[in-house]
Amino acid sequence: MSDATLNDFGNDSQFEDYFALLKPRVMSLVVFTAAVGLLVAPVGVNPVIGFASILFIALGAGASGALNMWWDADIDAIMSRTVKRPVPNGRVTPKNAMITGLWLSVIAVGMLALTANLFAAALLAFTIFFYAVIYTMWLKRWTPQNIVIGGAAGAFPPMVGWAVATGGVSVESVAMFLLIFMWTPPHFWALSLFMNDDYTKAGVPMLTVTHGTRVTRNNILGYTVLLFVLAIGTAFTSIGGPIYLTTAVVLNVMFLIGAFKLWKREDADADGDAYAAERKFFRLSLVYLFAHFAALLGDAVLRAFDLLAAWPVVI
Amino acid sequence: MGIKAEHPLHGRRKRSNLWLGAVLGGFVALVFAITIAKMMNGQSMEGFDHTVRYSIDPDLKPKAEASE
Repeated sequence: MSDATLNDFGNDSQFEDYFALLKPRVMSLVVFTAAVGLLVAPVGVNPVIGFASILFIALGAGASGALNMWWDADIDAIMSRTVKRPVPNGRVTPKNAMITGLWLSVIAVGMLALTANLFAAALLAFTIFFYAVIYTMWLKRWTPQNIVIGGAAGAFPPMVGWAVATGGVSVESVAMFLLIFMWTPPHFWALSLFMNDDYTKAGVPMLTVTHGTRVTRNNILGYTVLLFVLAIGTAFTSIGGPIYLTTAVVLNVMFLIGAFKLWKREDADADGDAYAAERKFFRLSLVYLFAHFAALLGDAVLRAFDLLAAWPVVI
Repeated sequence: MGIKAEHPLHGRRKRSNLWLGAVLGGFVALVFAITIAKMMNGQSMEGFDHTVRYSIDPDLKPKAEASE
């Protein structure tokens, strides 16, 4: 005999649904870049303090993700890339997503202030505000430059990591910021080239929707050229070194060749091979960022053993 | 006569509660570890309690000695 139930608990929220709300894949990139920012800083940090700081930075990033999922629940439900997220899927209510985001923001910023210093906590608070309010609530639905300006939110974590160690900003932390900032447009515009239908359906003013794919391809190439200069220039700051320079040269040449191929292609070519070049460029962009920051870490190890005394620091 | 958990919901909620308990326990352990790390780094743990504490506010010391 089956029970007669008054309520359907099939969509009851589970712990893993709230974890998915935090955008774990984005969190992993934030954790890595923040950790590199902390580790390449010239000031040592107690391992427990360092671990806790990175954890709270990641929590702050997760809070931003939850707030984004709360605000963008309507367009997430339309886009195939995001329809399975906890809020459009009904596993977490929008109100609970908002409350989770707000409380995690308070805890992350408060704990970072107590663990590290006020400056790092203030920078984390600004990062959360920038992503949740400036990007999500304002820019994303308003301008095709949404991910150019909004990309700054993803570029702050290494600066926050650096601030945990040093209590401030510097040329080096700004260089790490600029690396991610200039990488963001080609990365997301390449994605939008082969996900264009999704953004069109949702009414998000991505550059591909507002200005077409030709303008998008032109801009991808332009930003990649600027990124090339910035990335190579970072090699000659006090956080650069031979490992970073080699990595930067190889990957930026590959990235530039990829951007040039995208620029030369027309939509007919892309449709013909299911956007193979665009997808390849997007996958390369993921490796690009990880490899650059791993190379910075490699040079930090060399520096710790006094092996980079002769390395030219120009900037 | 006890009530037995029969609905799958009970199992899902128990798992969620265990995960939440682990997170909260981990948070307590982390705050403890941070406290120990800060104390071992020599950070002052004294607080204000409306008495004169020269270790917190060294500027008070000369005034107190002058008034004696």
